[in-house]
Amino acid sequence: MIEAITGRYMRLELEGRAHRLYFEEAGQGIPLLLLHTAGSDGRQWRGLLNDAEVTSRFRCVTFDMPWHGKSSPPEGWERETYQLTTARYTGMIMAVARALGLDRPVVMGCSIGGRIVLDLAAEHADELRGVIGLQSAAFLSPYYDTSWLHHPHVHGGEVCGGIVSGLIGPHAPDASRWETLWHYMQGGPGVFRGDLHFYKGEGDLRPKLARIDTKRCPVHMLTGNYDYSCKPEDTEATAAAIPGAKVQIMKGLGHFPMSEDYAALRPYLLPVLAEFT
Amino acid sequence: MNIAGLPARAAAAPGLARWGRDLTADVLFSVGDAAWILAIHKGVLISANPAPALMPSYDLAIRAGAEDFARFLQDPPPPGWHDIMGLVRLGTFKVEGNIALFMSHIFWFKGVLALLREPRA
Repeated sequence: MIEAITGRYMRLELEGRAHRLYFEEAGQGIPLLLLHTAGSDGRQWRGLLNDAEVTSRFRCVTFDMPWHGKSSPPEGWERETYQLTTARYTGMIMAVARALGLDRPVVMGCSIGGRIVLDLAAEHADELRGVIGLQSAAFLSPYYDTSWLHHPHVHGGEVCGGIVSGLIGPHAPDASRWETLWHYMQGGPGVFRGDLHFYKGEGDLRPKLARIDTKRCPVHMLTGNYDYSCKPEDTEATAAAIPGAKVQIMKGLGHFPMSEDYAALRPYLLPVLAEFT
Repeated sequence: MNIAGLPARAAAAPGLARWGRDLTADVLFSVGDAAWILAIHKGVLISANPAPALMPSYDLAIRAGAEDFARFLQDPPPPGWHDIMGLVRLGTFKVEGNIALFMSHIFWFKGVLALLREPRA
């Protein structure tokens, strides 16, 4: 059986530097741009990209961020420390949307992706049809020393997989659980930690929430109740600061709902997608 | 919580020793006021005996608060108490000493402590 997903590469400039990015897509219709979590890649969206009920109405696109998955870092990477920032992240998403000709896409992201959609809603409302944040909160405090994720005495793949393993809900199918962790184990050295620079530090979006107008850019937030990184109360506190934001707490799911257990995410997600026409 | 039976359960757990294949250490594990020494050789849990009251010797200490660890042991555990990193976020699970040992073998430590949940007491 050959899946309907196609993968291609694009070349584009980000912050004045040449990049070669990998992206996958499936379906036709309303553009739906999908953002993976920190330290992983677009394979997390395999369930959705194989869901005919979604791809019959949406052109679903996911790209691997630079340094992630099959997207290489830019030339000269060996001389720098990778760190994701709010401006860099928003800039790359909008650049990819423009490069692929996505007209007012719905943008759905998880974790760091669920965070950055709040920035997109604040800064680019008129260029979007709406945003969906999975495991989304405007800010989270660090609760462990992330330097261990990039340390010469610790295997980076095993520690990145191990540190996030408990964020998956206990009822997730084993195959999906371990595939999700495998993606983490394949991350490049220091990349997960570099993403967390945004997630647990620089990317505090609380001051921007008041600027989000959900009449111009609807905001949906879906959070699994087994996520102890972005807890339901973190999402609810963020939503409380965005008039009109819609929240669902998803029972049994953890931090990677689209990858750990797409079948369990689906009943929550399909009614949200149905609101976009 | 059946600590005495933990070495046998760890030996029977598929793949656990592989996650600790280079882990050889004496680890002090405490829950509230009770403490044990987990003696580990190449990922095999050799023994789990009560720690000596006087001058216990160990390479790494992992210390759990009694109340939250009891919730961790529930089957199924409540959301947020289902993984030791969840307890870390709550501030009631501490890793002290040679932390590289813990981070290098985090799957082993998560796996062996989760075995305390089974079989149900």
